[in-house]
Amino acid sequence: MVNLGVKVHKLELKNPVMTASGTFGYGKEFDDFIDVNSLGGIIVKATTSKHREGNPYPRMAETPMGMLNAVGLQNKGIEYFVNEIYPKLTSYNTNVIANVSDSTIEGYVQVAEQMNKLDHIAGIELNISCPNVKEGGMAFGTSCPSAIAVTKAVREVYDKTLIVKLSPNVTSITEIALAVEEAGADAISLINTLLGMAINFETRKPVLSTVTGGLSGPAIKPVALRMVWQVAKAVKVPVIGLGGITTAADAIEFLLAGATAVQIGTANFIDPTTTVKVISGIENYLLRHNISSVNELIGALDC
Amino acid sequence: MKKYIADLTVTNNTQLNSKHHLLELKATAPLPDMVPGQFVEVKVEGSETTYLRRPFSIHRVNRETNSLHLLIKVVGDGTAKLASIALGETVNVMFPLGKGFELTNNKQVLLVGGGCGVAPLYFLAEKLFEQGNQVNVLIGGRTSADILLDDQYAKFGKVYISTEDGSKGEKGMVTSHSILRSNTNNASDYTAPDDKLNGHFDKIYSCGPDGMMRAIAHYAELRNIPCEVSLENTMACGIGACLCCVVESNEGNVCVCTEGPVFDSKRLKGWTMETEVGCSLD
Repeated sequence: MVNLGVKVHKLELKNPVMTASGTFGYGKEFDDFIDVNSLGGIIVKATTSKHREGNPYPRMAETPMGMLNAVGLQNKGIEYFVNEIYPKLTSYNTNVIANVSDSTIEGYVQVAEQMNKLDHIAGIELNISCPNVKEGGMAFGTSCPSAIAVTKAVREVYDKTLIVKLSPNVTSITEIALAVEEAGADAISLINTLLGMAINFETRKPVLSTVTGGLSGPAIKPVALRMVWQVAKAVKVPVIGLGGITTAADAIEFLLAGATAVQIGTANFIDPTTTVKVISGIENYLLRHNISSVNELIGALDC
Repeated sequence: MKKYIADLTVTNNTQLNSKHHLLELKATAPLPDMVPGQFVEVKVEGSETTYLRRPFSIHRVNRETNSLHLLIKVVGDGTAKLASIALGETVNVMFPLGKGFELTNNKQVLLVGGGCGVAPLYFLAEKLFEQGNQVNVLIGGRTSADILLDDQYAKFGKVYISTEDGSKGEKGMVTSHSILRSNTNNASDYTAPDDKLNGHFDKIYSCGPDGMMRAIAHYAELRNIPCEVSLENTMACGIGACLCCVVESNEGNVCVCTEGPVFDSKRLKGWTMETEVGCSLD
């Protein structure tokens, strides 16, 4: 028997594998394929203060070992979440974490206040890194003063575990990480998508309706791994790694680089059973190396 | 409807023309209930440029052989790899996905397909025939080489063909075929009895190029005939998680993979009569 349990601030995870926001719906989309309760946690689709239609189609472009998306935070707003979605989430016996985004600090605060009242929402992930909205989103996460301002404001109204999700589209990822830690983040997750672009050379037009979009998938894994390693060395709070994780080997690399837990994102689109395969792969790795606890892997990079 | 993921074995791969292949995929476990218009997501192996699964309409479900038939159009490297797959190889498939067509009983129905858009029509014609409907299948293409599997529908009803060059069936666009012609375009005058069909259908189902489906939807709306269309937006997950394949409906953006791919044409924004329509088949 090996111990797969990890702790991210106050969150007890039965294993270090979670799902990335925007890639796993509200969990129910995957109920036919896996036992969602077997995961360490699920981070559900971003919620904003008001209903958002998102961006026009086309919103997606396939790329070498990845994809660009420009969904633009389509969701029905916090009120709908509380009344219609949350009741369906309460039956899950795992950590349900809500991703929170908006275009203004007041909006972030409004959503966080509502989330704070929901018993079965174990924590929130503050999305200051969405590249697909005209206002807010990534704009908050690419400068220290605004990242600090939004984190502080939400910290004042949110009592449970506050994770801040960082954008890789910055010059110094550690500066932003240190800033949000100082501002009250209980944990840091990274990376959100890398800003990218695709062109249809036959029509000479951009593929995405928004021209630019967020790149995800295995293509971004080396960038994510490097940033997780840098941030984990710099901050004291737990780090959650994500970016192109598809296999148990990928997940273990992030743990070795210093992540306490990982999120599976785009891989859910290709194989909806990826998460449970990663969990059993981590377990096999521990058995094969005669390691009793997954915690021994965290930050154990030999370098 | 519960969704499955399984490795299916290729038991047949027939080339229909230069671009289209018909794959037969056999399952080990009994295939679940499926509805015409639903689709599958296939994982493509061995293509460096193909990262995401590829969605295909369910062409046919053969309960005797416990197999699914898919009509594959070669568009890029991923579909080329699938089209060249050898018998005995396996492909990983998620199925059945999405919402299919609403089936009527004992009605006069018209199925309109263009190009690869005939893919879901075999399964649809079969089920409509089983439910006592008078099935009319209208297929269009540029030339006779583009008319796929038309002989297959004869067992379920009447088959009509249009080609742009007149090499098979009537010459012209599918939307100008004589079975669609009525004495008047004015819906209120339309009830005049006639010895021909003259556009008298209780329901129309359509799958094909966007312009063709819009023209058919316009035609149906003018005559107050319910019309369902099957869309094929680019998709990632196929299960409503990524929100990439949306179409603008009267209620805002909705996922084609879960709210569709089949929609009542009146539910789609911009598909009603005020909208300019054009038709080109490709």
